[in-house]
Amino acid sequence: MTTITISHPSKSQQAAITQEPAWVRWILIGIALAFLTLFLFVPLVSVFYEALKKGVDVYFAAITEPDALAAIKLTLTATAIAVPLNLVFGVAAAWAITKFEFRGKNVLITLIDLPFSVSPVVAGLIYVLVFGLQGWLGPWLAEHDLKVIFAVPGIVLATIFVTVPFIARELIPLMQAQGTEEEEAAVVLGANGWQTLWNITLPNIKWGLLYGIILCNARAMGEFGAVSVVSGHIRGSTNTLPLHVEILYNEYNFAAAFAVASLLALLALITLAIKTFVESKVTQQKHTTKLKENNHEH
Amino acid sequence: MNTFKQHSVLPGFNLALGFTLLYLSLIVLIPLAAAFIRTAELTWPEFWATVTTPRVLASYRLTFGASFAAALTNALFGLLVAWVLVRYHFPGKRLVDALIDLPFALPTAVAGIALTALYAGNGWIGQLLEPLGIKVAFTPIGVYVALTFIGLPFVVRTVQPVLEDIETELEEAAAMLGANRLQTFLRIILPTIFPALMTGFALALARAIGEYGSVIFIAGNMPMISEITPLLIITKLEQYDYAGATAIAVVMLIISFVLLLIINLLQWWSRRRNALA
Repeated sequence: MTTITISHPSKSQQAAITQEPAWVRWILIGIALAFLTLFLFVPLVSVFYEALKKGVDVYFAAITEPDALAAIKLTLTATAIAVPLNLVFGVAAAWAITKFEFRGKNVLITLIDLPFSVSPVVAGLIYVLVFGLQGWLGPWLAEHDLKVIFAVPGIVLATIFVTVPFIARELIPLMQAQGTEEEEAAVVLGANGWQTLWNITLPNIKWGLLYGIILCNARAMGEFGAVSVVSGHIRGSTNTLPLHVEILYNEYNFAAAFAVASLLALLALITLAIKTFVESKVTQQKHTTKLKENNHEH
Repeated sequence: MNTFKQHSVLPGFNLALGFTLLYLSLIVLIPLAAAFIRTAELTWPEFWATVTTPRVLASYRLTFGASFAAALTNALFGLLVAWVLVRYHFPGKRLVDALIDLPFALPTAVAGIALTALYAGNGWIGQLLEPLGIKVAFTPIGVYVALTFIGLPFVVRTVQPVLEDIETELEEAAAMLGANRLQTFLRIILPTIFPALMTGFALALARAIGEYGSVIFIAGNMPMISEITPLLIITKLEQYDYAGATAIAVVMLIISFVLLLIINLLQWWSRRRNALA
């Protein structure tokens, strides 16, 4: 190391000076992997192990019995309503925030993030306070024979609440980076607002949009606390998949609980796979945006 | 209108902002306001008595204590994981990187039952700890384990991009001037990533305080010992004590808002620090 020539540092010497000795590196990698194994990999593996422990027959019986199928159907219904609504909201919010300059913008961004910092249990509770029998709209709803709390609408509302920020917060930084030039050019050339949105903006943000949808979808299907407060836990009618897992578990029907849980774990793994793929696309998109900017400058 | 919004040739501002505000108000703001308005029906002494009974105070101690310990664990190991992922190469790195986000994607109830099965007396990890006299499942340690799991990605994902952006020139200069790696890390790298580390810590803490699904299975939920605050809200609701549940919820909301404010300040600090660097 004493013979380093500062005028012509070789590649290996350059690396050596800002890198730790090999034994330090391997110890750090070892500790990191041990921590991740203990807290991530073992719990993940154990879900599938416990699910299949009693055999494939028990497994398939658990996920195809009527209550499980009803839970799957309800989870899909709530997600199919919550995700598109939050998609429209995300695009509208990102359009207003990134394409225009107005006062109070930062407050609005903070408000959009608000559901992330509210406990899921509190999220469920506030809907009980509005729509429950003791709530503001409770008496009126009862008079008209409408049920929100302990029924499907409450589950849908709670799911929407906890997933409000997902798509908006993916789109805002992306659209901010892309600027407004392309949209302005389209409008000046005679396109109307919808044409501009459809033909210019959406193609530019498609990967970011997909990324947001995937995360929103995963959370919508997996939400537990908020949905638990408003559901009423009626088997076969107001039980989502995560609530069904809870009921089976509390009945000491562990094999069935883990079988249904393994469906959700599988969903999580698929989400992560798509997310990793889309992430590389988003990075590419940001990269091309940067290249375009550089070309404008030159 | 002119002072509120700058002129633009693009259409759709009124529609987009109008829809955004309407949607946010209906879904988020009005229901949240309901919690505060319902609590205002209580007198101050009534409110204070409700949120400071011994059982509620014990739940705060557990919730905040376990959340703080879990967020601290995640700050330490999250930094290490981010460092290893950015700076080193090892087999399976891409897979490990992708799996870091598992706690975001895995439903909390699934995490809850999996951790409980692992740490129970007859579980894979529990049976190793039991002879040592360590009980994890159905004790406050179980709460800590669950909260560590769900907060794991926050620090990694906030520190990772900052580490990636650090130019190695400064480190090279420090090495040339005679600093060893530890000195370089403590004096050059740590100050640069510190705001991001704090942001990740605060995000993990905020998430842990409100967490419910992953905790209730492993906690055992004994009043005064292993009962978290969100569970207490549910217990009160099940007893039709709406005023009591709402009062505790308001305390939690205020804490969330304060944490959100701190997180925003930290992120602003982090951005400024990086812009200067």
